[in-house]
Amino acid sequence: MTEYTYEVTDTSTSAGPTPSQTVGPFFHYALPYEHGPRLAGPDRPGVFRLAGRVVDGEGNGVSDALVEVWQADEQGRFVTEPGVYAEATGAGFRGFGRCATDFDGRFELHTVKPGRVPTVEGRQQAPHLAMSVFARGMLRRAATRVYFDDEADANAVDPLLVSVEEGRRATLVATRAEDGYRFDVHLQGDRETVFLDVFAR
Amino acid sequence: MSELDPPYRFPDYRSTAFRSPSKALVMPPAGLTELTGPRFGHGDVRDSDADLTVHGSSEAIGERIIVHGRVTDADGRPVRHSLVEVWQANAAGRYIHQGDQHPAPLDPNFVGAGRCLTDDEGRYRFTTIKPGPYPWKNHTNAWRPAHIHFSLFGRAFTQRLVTQMYFPGDPLFYQDPIFNSVRDERARKRMISVYDHTATRPEWATGYRFDIVLGGAEATPVEDGEA
Repeated sequence: MTEYTYEVTDTSTSAGPTPSQTVGPFFHYALPYEHGPRLAGPDRPGVFRLAGRVVDGEGNGVSDALVEVWQADEQGRFVTEPGVYAEATGAGFRGFGRCATDFDGRFELHTVKPGRVPTVEGRQQAPHLAMSVFARGMLRRAATRVYFDDEADANAVDPLLVSVEEGRRATLVATRAEDGYRFDVHLQGDRETVFLDVFAR
Repeated sequence: MSELDPPYRFPDYRSTAFRSPSKALVMPPAGLTELTGPRFGHGDVRDSDADLTVHGSSEAIGERIIVHGRVTDADGRPVRHSLVEVWQANAAGRYIHQGDQHPAPLDPNFVGAGRCLTDDEGRYRFTTIKPGPYPWKNHTNAWRPAHIHFSLFGRAFTQRLVTQMYFPGDPLFYQDPIFNSVRDERARKRMISVYDHTATRPEWATGYRFDIVLGGAEATPVEDGEA
């Protein structure tokens, strides 16, 4: 069989990390899934609602954002069993959660308060979740942590919280609400959430 | 912060104006929260999830293509058994999304969402339809180059990446602020797939290769063998 080979301009690519791009406005039929907002099953002791709003620099709710969280269980252990799309039934726990915001920028997750997880250097940290926010108009995700306002003693010595200027610490702390906690994400402005550099390469 | 990623604020892309954090990012202390991430198993995906062309009652309309590549970390190690999610417009440049008002036809046989797990070598493969370009309202006569959205987890929260794969030779690159928000030319070109005749299947579909390199640290760079 004949094969033809003509020389053309080389389009080979360079080595290095693949850059980030925006999630765009049309991810809703691909990324959110039914059980995404539920990290902990309804029968798990201590399960609560973590609800909040993603707000832009003009104070408007971001209606096309995607919020993800990753966290340890109550003992500070990270789930290693595979499976994220499955439902956390009964007293089950999954560790990963995902929720698209509604028309007003609101999201909600159902989870438990994680145990304490040390830094790699062995320093104790206050209970916290890792959170990512993706949205149309965001060329890369915003990463942050969610702490809890009823952990004042642990928060007071948490290495990350104490490294943040005092006036901005509260942006990282969820506040107690009727059926759980409230945590708003301010992408920009006077109340801008402290975002983390997790992009080291 | 990596210079290779686009900035949060890129005025040419108007929607970044009020959605871009403006204060300096804070480096968290290294700990397992950010250095681990969810694991994935074959219960998360079905084989048919990797073929975006077979979910209707008949063939999806458009140019059938195979998109494949390898996911590696910054040191070239394969990222195994990790979730890859994709979504895209159809051949006419229309998303199956109520917010998409582009007056181009929907294809009842094409949804445009897929997922798969990388294999033992970090490889993934999708069969799909080449997406069309589509207009948007960012500036006068603005058109997005054809692209496929990719969502990758890697092994750690730090490696989480959402990006877009483009096609070689697209004439719309020059006027697209999203593509050009990556200011480093070499990094920008890494978002462009390469036509791959070795992946092209005779009498069936043309092939494109898109390798993905995840940055970010992880807790267990050694092989753990787990799914």
